[in-house]
Amino acid sequence: MPVILATDLIIFFVVGIVVYFIFAGRKEGYTRNAWLQIRKNRLAMVCMSILVLYGSVAVLDSIRFRDPLRTDTGTVVRAADGKKIYSPQALSLLDRLLWNMRANTEKTFSAPLASRLYVKESMELPDGTMVRDYQPLEYPGKHLLGTDKVGSDVLFSAIKGVRTGVVIGTGTTVIIIPFAIFFGVMAGFFGGRIDDIIQYIYTTLASIPAVLLIVAFMLIFGAEGYQGGLVRDRDLYQGFFVPNDRLFWLCIIMGITSWTDLCRIIRGETLKLRELEYVQAAKAFGVAKMKIIYRHIVPNVMHLVLITMVLQFSGLVLAEAILSYIGIGVGPEMGSWGNMINTARLELSREPVVWWSLIGAFVFMFGLVLPANIFGDAVRDALEPRLRVR
Amino acid sequence: MEPVIEVKDLKTYFRSPQGVGKAVDGVSFKIQRGSTFALVGESGCGKSVTALSLIQLVPEPQGFIAGGQVLLKGRNIVDLPEREKRKIRGTEISMIFQEPMTSLNPVFTIGNQIVEAVKLHQGKTRQEARAIAIDMLEQVGLPRPEELYYEYPHRLSGGMRQRVMIAIALSCRPDLLIADEPTTALDVTIQDQILKLMKELRDTMGTSILLITHNLAVVYQNAEEVAVMYGGKIMEQASTKKLFRNPMHPYTIQLLRSIPGIEKRGMTLETISGIVPPATEYPAGCPFAGRCPREMEGCAGIRPPLAEREPGHLVACHLYDADFMSKPHSKPLKREAEEAEPLATPPGERPVVLEVKGLKCYYPIRKGLLKKAVGHVKAVDGIDITIRKGSTLALVGESGCGKTTAGKGIIQLLRPTAGSVVFHGTDITGLTDRELKKYRSEMQIVFQDPFSSLNPRMMVGQIIEEGLKSLKPRMTRAERIRKIEETLERVGLTPEMRHRYPHEFSGGQRQRIGIARVLAVDPEFIVCDEPTSALDVSVQAQILNLLKYIQRDFGISLLFITHDISVVEYIADEVAVMLDGKILEHETAEAIFAHPKDPYTKTLLKAVPRIEQAAS
Repeated sequence: MPVILATDLIIFFVVGIVVYFIFAGRKEGYTRNAWLQIRKNRLAMVCMSILVLYGSVAVLDSIRFRDPLRTDTGTVVRAADGKKIYSPQALSLLDRLLWNMRANTEKTFSAPLASRLYVKESMELPDGTMVRDYQPLEYPGKHLLGTDKVGSDVLFSAIKGVRTGVVIGTGTTVIIIPFAIFFGVMAGFFGGRIDDIIQYIYTTLASIPAVLLIVAFMLIFGAEGYQGGLVRDRDLYQGFFVPNDRLFWLCIIMGITSWTDLCRIIRGETLKLRELEYVQAAKAFGVAKMKIIYRHIVPNVMHLVLITMVLQFSGLVLAEAILSYIGIGVGPEMGSWGNMINTARLELSREPVVWWSLIGAFVFMFGLVLPANIFGDAVRDALEPRLRVR
Repeated sequence: MEPVIEVKDLKTYFRSPQGVGKAVDGVSFKIQRGSTFALVGESGCGKSVTALSLIQLVPEPQGFIAGGQVLLKGRNIVDLPEREKRKIRGTEISMIFQEPMTSLNPVFTIGNQIVEAVKLHQGKTRQEARAIAIDMLEQVGLPRPEELYYEYPHRLSGGMRQRVMIAIALSCRPDLLIADEPTTALDVTIQDQILKLMKELRDTMGTSILLITHNLAVVYQNAEEVAVMYGGKIMEQASTKKLFRNPMHPYTIQLLRSIPGIEKRGMTLETISGIVPPATEYPAGCPFAGRCPREMEGCAGIRPPLAEREPGHLVACHLYDADFMSKPHSKPLKREAEEAEPLATPPGERPVVLEVKGLKCYYPIRKGLLKKAVGHVKAVDGIDITIRKGSTLALVGESGCGKTTAGKGIIQLLRPTAGSVVFHGTDITGLTDRELKKYRSEMQIVFQDPFSSLNPRMMVGQIIEEGLKSLKPRMTRAERIRKIEETLERVGLTPEMRHRYPHEFSGGQRQRIGIARVLAVDPEFIVCDEPTSALDVSVQAQILNLLKYIQRDFGISLLFITHDISVVEYIADEVAVMLDGKILEHETAEAIFAHPKDPYTKTLLKAVPRIEQAAS
């Protein structure tokens, strides 16, 4: 029985866009030129492969279904009306692929690739004496990044955090871009009353402290939302869809609070572009205003969109960490780098220091944000005909 | 007498992804105390880089001085440590730049900026520095220097700012003043004043001037000695008198011939074919090879030395080298001479195409929270002009006189505040956008800046197609492509170029694309808004020729908006002089140049620098 979260739709939507561009890139034209340009840049290609890897993890982690409950003998448990009864656990394809990592838990902390626990425990020797020593692990050498307090694999938690990071980054972006471009271009191009109104809206929004707005919004809409772990019956709509997904609300409110920056930049650029002579020439040809916007203004602000989004991307991933830390982000069951960092805060203050949770989250975050930055740069250069070397 | 500065075999190179660009490649000259030395040439020939090398400000790390010496009063300054170089800048060599609007810091007062320079280099107290600053402001001819001392730069006009820049540059009495296109951004009357001022100050202070410009007439009137640069090398160097009386290098000759003027009316201007190559692609031999009308077989491979061919007249050309000319590689290359077609006969009584009556374009000045209009800027304040079929009306005036606004108001890119524009019997000022569309293909505009007039993200074909799609919706795609290719050929480009992006073209080619875009919709009337003022003189000649041919072949009427009198003299049938939004004088070109009536017209014509002897 499949379970689809609202945020899964975002992932599928982004996958759809990527697929569209792949097809567009196969045909002759603007996208293909850009693609050929990117292909020459080896660093960008490496970064793209890393991004694709992250993307596939996120996609695998977004396809999940519930198994029917079985008895110990393996027969399917059925309700009175003969329908199958499903387990409340919705495991994703990723969970199933990495089953061993998920299941091979220890008792508590163990260092990366260690064969014994990180803390001494009392144990009884076969001859009946009690000693206090580092106990051997059940799966020695199997935990690449060690285990956390409850003994689960840190590498697995970090991998589970990929989906959350990707959703926050791309989901918020998907919400920001249309708003920012639409309002920014309208304000800059038409000016006058329209400009006044749009400026009024975004200055008002920007003047409310973002954190307060996010907290209030999350408490109103997201308090009851699904945040990982077992799927409750009340979460489900039509038996498979989970509309009230906390992460989804988080994307929306982060989008609402962060489109203003980009909007302001686009408005400024549009003000400049609208006076440029090629726009004047189009006016002299009697080209309709919407066509001028579509043909002359929007393509010439896209580089700003790309730069701003890539810069904001890392900020968004970090914001998720902060919000999870103050308890309005995603729950611990969902797996997120924010939560990992949050727990690492306590682990860092103990003696001896447990450093691998933080390092794990950090390396994975870094591995997403840095390639995204470099790849974003390469895409911008490729879309810029002036920089194109023939 | 020892020269103030002596440059010996200076080489300044730039690293770029395309290879090493030899921006300055073996330049030598001397400047004597109290004299003006001019470097002339088209853009991209290495003039400014030479200047930056003198003051040791070559942009690092891409640029570097690869060889040669710069001897300032006998001392080589190339190898000095940075600390020493800093002491030289401002005290011994100082520089003024082209753009007075951006060379002063807007958040400091004028006085502050002069005092800064004085205190830094002369170790004077604030009080003494202030006295020097006020004295300098007075010397550069600015009124009420005590008050001006406390003013901020935005309160000053371009000409006044350039005076302030000169005051800063000369405040420490440098031995050498480098003036890099000091008057290019200024109006012609202001240019005249600034050049006179520089000459005066040079004579009173004994400062030498290195004048860098592309304007040959300015050189003729201001410099004692000239070097013509091309491709990072000096092509010809002599005293100003000698060089203009007897230009020897084909490049100099062509440059002089491509200047438009009244004596060339009705003729095709001579042009230099091709474009200035990028610094990474100079030929091994003479840099002018490939564009030279007198090129010989050996020119592209053998570098001509800069040698004294006549007393005091240095030329780098094989034509004057008896040894070279006696060898077989002196066979002239066949070059297709650009045929000088006769142009249209002067206009008789031609039918009126467009009549402008009492046109006014006001901009409201809005203030306060509710943006109430408290007054108006009268950019165009009631002008009357008529434009006849197949003829050219030049609208002349200095910057800010409202000529561009008038042009836009006439073709309804800006809706005028009052007045009428009658085009073939219809007043088009009252029409709605939809009704106006019918007239859009009849009236078009060519812009000044060839870089911002083409959308960098569209291919040339798409740029031209845009107008066709909008104004000729009945055309099929195949017809449009045929039209685009035809038009591209008409303006001297090739049809395949429609698949390229604008950035792949030079300024002149881009201007051709701009003209092709307009021409594609078959207009009857074109407003040309300073179409050549961003171009080099040889390219300007190509564009002016093109406009003339188009006018002759299609009977198009032109409204030519410009501040350049020599272009007007060449191209205009009628002239309207504009000042502060009003037309002062509207006459035929012959009448206005022979007998200007208005005092402003007289000043304007007098201020234009001219080369008196007919060149060659």
